This record gives sequence, C-alpha cells and structure tokens, in this order.
Amino acid sequence: MKVLIRHQKREVEVAGRRRVRDVLAELGVNPETVLVIRGSQLLTHDVQVAEEDTIELRPVVSGGGA
Amino acid sequence: MRCQKCKGQASIEMRRHHAAFCNEHFIEFLDHQVERAIEHERMFTRDDRVLVVVSGGKDSLALWDVLLRLGYHATGLHINLGIGEYSQESQRKASAYASRQGAELLIVDIPQEYGMNVEEFARATGRVSCSACGLSKRYLFNRVALDEGFSVVATGHNLDDEAAVLLGNLMHWQTESLARQAPVLPSTHPHLVRKVKPFYRIAERETAAYAIIRGIDYIVEECPNSVGARSLLIKEALNLLEQAAPGTKQSLYWGFLERGRSVFVNMDDASIHACIHCGQPTTAEVCAFCRMTERAAERMRIRRLSPLAAAGAVPAAQEGAVVPGS
Repeated sequence: MKVLIRHQKREVEVAGRRRVRDVLAELGVNPETVLVIRGSQLLTHDVQVAEEDTIELRPVVSGGGA
Repeated sequence: MRCQKCKGQASIEMRRHHAAFCNEHFIEFLDHQVERAIEHERMFTRDDRVLVVVSGGKDSLALWDVLLRLGYHATGLHINLGIGEYSQESQRKASAYASRQGAELLIVDIPQEYGMNVEEFARATGRVSCSACGLSKRYLFNRVALDEGFSVVATGHNLDDEAAVLLGNLMHWQTESLARQAPVLPSTHPHLVRKVKPFYRIAERETAAYAIIRGIDYIVEECPNSVGARSLLIKEALNLLEQAAPGTKQSLYWGFLERGRSVFVNMDDASIHACIHCGQPTTAEVCAFCRMTERAAERMRIRRLSPLAAAGAVPAAQEGAVVPGS
C-alpha cells in the first residue's frame, strides 16, 4: 500500500494487507499524533488496509503558540 | 470497530472515553461536549456576540463551525502575522471558510498596520517568535473585541494545548501563570474582554477529526517558526504518556481545574490598569505590546538612518545587519 505521510511530506510503500495499527507501528508513528484517512474516510486502528490502497497519515499536533 | 450508538462502522476511537463513533455520532458527541463546556463554565449565551479568533488551522475553524451550527452569534477574526506564504495561505483558508458559510470575518494585517511582521517584533525585543506572536494576538483580539463591541473572545485552544501549557508551567512553578490558567478568563478591567476556550474538553485528535469529517479546508502545515518550539516537545512527551495510559492529558488538566488551581488563584495579585499609550489593559505603565512595537519601530528607524542602509549596501530589515548604535 501507499502511505502519504503528510507532515514529513513523503510517501512510503508498506507491503501486504495490514491493519492500521500495524502500519503505524511499522513506521514508528505514535497513534495519538495522527489520523489515518482513506479517500475521505477516517479509519480506526483495527481496519484492514488492502495492498492496492492509498492512505494518508494526517498530523494532529499543532503548537508553538505562547 | 463499531459505533457505540448505532453499531455502524466507527470512524474514530477515543480510548480515554472507552468509546468509538461513526461520523454522525462523533459530531453529536463533540457538540454535546462543547455545549457542556459553554454552559457549565457559563462562557456565553446565544444572546452574546462572540468574536472567534480564527488562524485558518483546524482548531479555530472547527470551533467557528461548531458555534455557527449550534446557533451562536460568532464572528471570525483573523490576524495576519506576516510570516510569508504561511500567513497568506492561513488567511486564504479563513477567508474561504467565511465565504462558504456567509459568515463575517474581520481581518487585522500586522505588516500593513505596523509596517513590520511578528518576526521583526521578536528580533527587536529578543523574544522568541512564538512569544512575540502570542503577545500580538492577545493584544489585537482584545482591542478588536473592545472596538467592535464584542462581549467575549473565544479561542480554539483544546485539551492538548491546555495540558501542555499546564505541564510547562508546573515544570518551572510559574505560579502566576498557574493562577491564570482556566477555560474562562473573566474581565477584570473595563478594557479587558472576557476570554473563553470552549474546546478545553476536546482532544487535539478530536478537533482534527471534526474538521476532516465536516470537510473543513484548513491549513495542515505548521508555522515555520514553531519548529523546535518547547510546546511541541511537551506535547510529544504527553502523547507518549497518553499512548501508554489513555486519559492522562484529561486527568492532568481537568484534575488541575478541579483540585489544583484553587491553590494558586491568590498568587496572581497583579493589578490591571490602562496602558498610558494605547489604553489597553496592562500590569505596567506601558503595555508589553506598545513596548515591543515601539522598540521594533526604533530599531527600524535606526537601520534606515544607518550609512550602510543609505548607501544601499544593507537592506533596511536584513537579519543580523550591523547597525551603528544598535
């Protein structure tokens, strides 16, 4: 599958059919810090993503404000 | 994973609530949380004119969207900070949302109004950018609210923001800041407008989910000046804790409001009066914003008068320029 890592402006390939939580673990991403989107739909961490799918990791952490 | 209300496919899981919801029931959940915050903390009513500070990011646009849908009189205020393309894109997002909703958006453009941006404010006063930016925003939204007759200002600060600020203040035992941290900051001076944070019960992940589900086009990119900001480091630490123990951020902040804040309340004894220059509330004779802008203007004036600038050898606002007398 293709994974768009929005905040790092990069795209990676992850092999095989995998659950969202396993994809995040493989990429070393804390699930608290992103939302996972397929098309326009948010995915929970138990959802299986197919080999031919594209998913986006959208960062949710913003900051710097004082 | 199934929605706990309708048993349809869930789109978001909230481990701290032991809950998962589909799009429709997540929106219902979030609306309920916001209404509860507004009513429980007596933030405002549907008779109040609320000024919502809208950066163009997920939190502020989501807040404006929730308030408009729930029938509040919410006007947006966008402050253009002059941080290059980032600020231009932020303003475009805020304006586009306002146009689509037919909602009123007020805009203050700092470079247009002051002849320089917040980065130049920061350099002139030795502040970090985030500090100059925060000071400018707080000053300007209070001034606009006063000038335009709004009874309350609402910001999109969420649970993660508040937990991070709290932990930062605790690490350095900043007791006056701890005394002032609350979902409602009342008006304690005729020139100080009431300030509220209706998202204090909502996690950052949830405000982002709301924006995506509602199809809100927000600026995803972070401010280039926030790279390495201390608040982001604290959030990273809190997210590690949250991952291992869901509910940590909520427990930290809500627990502080319920049991900790009262210890510090009396430690903020600063008296507020009007700035002798601009009339805005301050604890000093001249407010911090006037001091900052005056110093920045003076620095720019010195640069324009410098022999190097006059000869065209150094652009007037070039960073790090050696200026006689500076």
